[in-house]
Amino acid sequence: MNKHKKELTTQEAFVRQHRRHHHQIAFYRLFFFLLFLALWETSARLGWIDSFFFSSPSLVAKCLWGMVLDRSLFLHVGITLMETIVSFLLVFLISLISATLLWYSQKLSEITEPYLVILNSLPKSALAPLFIVWLGTGSTTIVVAGISVALFGSIISFYTGFQQVDSEKITLIYTLGGHKGDAFRKVILPGSIPIMLSTTKVNIGLALVGVIIGEFLAARRGLGYLIIYGSQVFQLNLVITSILILCVIAMGFYKGIQCIEHHIKKQLKM
Amino acid sequence: MDKNILELKNISYSYHSLHGETKALDRITFGVREGEFVAVVGPSGCGKSTLLSIIAGLLPAEEGTILVNNPDGSLHYPRVGYMLQREHLFEWRSIYKNVILGLEINHMLTPERLEYVNSLLRDYDLEKFKDKRPSELSGGMKQRAALIRTLALQPQLLLLDEPFSALDYQTRLMVSADICHLIRRTGKTVILITHDLSEAVSLADRIVVLSGRPATVKKEIPIHLTLQDDSPLAARNAPEFNEYFNQLWEEMRS
Repeated sequence: MNKHKKELTTQEAFVRQHRRHHHQIAFYRLFFFLLFLALWETSARLGWIDSFFFSSPSLVAKCLWGMVLDRSLFLHVGITLMETIVSFLLVFLISLISATLLWYSQKLSEITEPYLVILNSLPKSALAPLFIVWLGTGSTTIVVAGISVALFGSIISFYTGFQQVDSEKITLIYTLGGHKGDAFRKVILPGSIPIMLSTTKVNIGLALVGVIIGEFLAARRGLGYLIIYGSQVFQLNLVITSILILCVIAMGFYKGIQCIEHHIKKQLKM
Repeated sequence: MDKNILELKNISYSYHSLHGETKALDRITFGVREGEFVAVVGPSGCGKSTLLSIIAGLLPAEEGTILVNNPDGSLHYPRVGYMLQREHLFEWRSIYKNVILGLEINHMLTPERLEYVNSLLRDYDLEKFKDKRPSELSGGMKQRAALIRTLALQPQLLLLDEPFSALDYQTRLMVSADICHLIRRTGKTVILITHDLSEAVSLADRIVVLSGRPATVKKEIPIHLTLQDDSPLAARNAPEFNEYFNQLWEEMRS
């Protein structure tokens, strides 16, 4: 009886220790954030830094509130979000189809390999001016810019993931009378879900990078436009506010994908 | 004497690379009777697995033919069930979904087939584990699940490619005895590939000894053991066991 009780308490102690650890982490995260804000605000008020160039939390809040009041916040954030999500989804779809084709045809993958490597290492911002000339200054250009940043790396990751699946598992499909299509559906695709999820996490960030580059050069709306506009008219409050909104968006995307990943893994009990 | 249902005649196979040709199989000839348990032994890397792939139809033989004499006189190639070295159950499927994989691929998810699968799961004590994932099962249970997956397609000829070599020795002894006992009960024709001589002697009706690369048939040894009971490990205690073992050992060394 006594022994049983003791075991229970060590388990409880473990759980308590675990919780305390996580509370501490959360506390310090918040603490450093608030400390940063306080330091920033104080230095701006005491004139250690020039708030015209470096802004301050209160100025950012004021700027944000102004954008809420004139509704421009929702327009710009909405546009950037929409363009990023469309780019991201298209990247996922195109890379899945391309990687599938490459997996089906060894020849095709060998032929395209150097091109993929070149396109992947090419700085995509160099292409943006071309997209503007070809596609004009609308959302299409920006979505294409977003796609171009994430796509080639994503195709390579998906294809590598497909290739890493144990070839004996494919042999197993053949021994059960299956064909290449069965091998793809029953082994390659489900076996590559973890690598596809981790690639997806990177892709959403890259799509955002591409969209912001696109908006820098060819937009009248969106956060990238706000940043460029703000810097040109020396409204650095606007620039810094936009950057902070981007931080929040990036975190939101990451958490969203993490949530989907968790859900899928739970569903598949992986 | 039963007729051979499968007859290999002068099967040859070579692997090709830019550095040249490596002959793996050289005029392999032997037959398999219906319901017979044949073990093929030979040194590691002699081309045993290649031979099995050819019999399974996964690889075309470069030379030679395989003759088929089905007991019912039909000419179709017997349905082959192939067990690989590792069980390869998919972690993203439950045990039940794993064992019906072959039926799924062949679009044979009929009530009769599924009932057969369920009866196998009951017989092999896996019914409780139907909804578990492979990682939750022991090595022996995974091998049983893999066997059910193979048997679900009701093959006429079972090919076992060192199916237990990934297990540790103790588990292997138990599992190979267990699985082969189960297979014997089905009365199916079996070709087992192994490099474990005692495994071959304890399980097979006949042993085909292959030479090193390129593999040729060195000798065929029929096995008759006096068994006290049909417990899986009884064969290893049979009086003739050592004699056969030594005979094989000499054959392999020379």
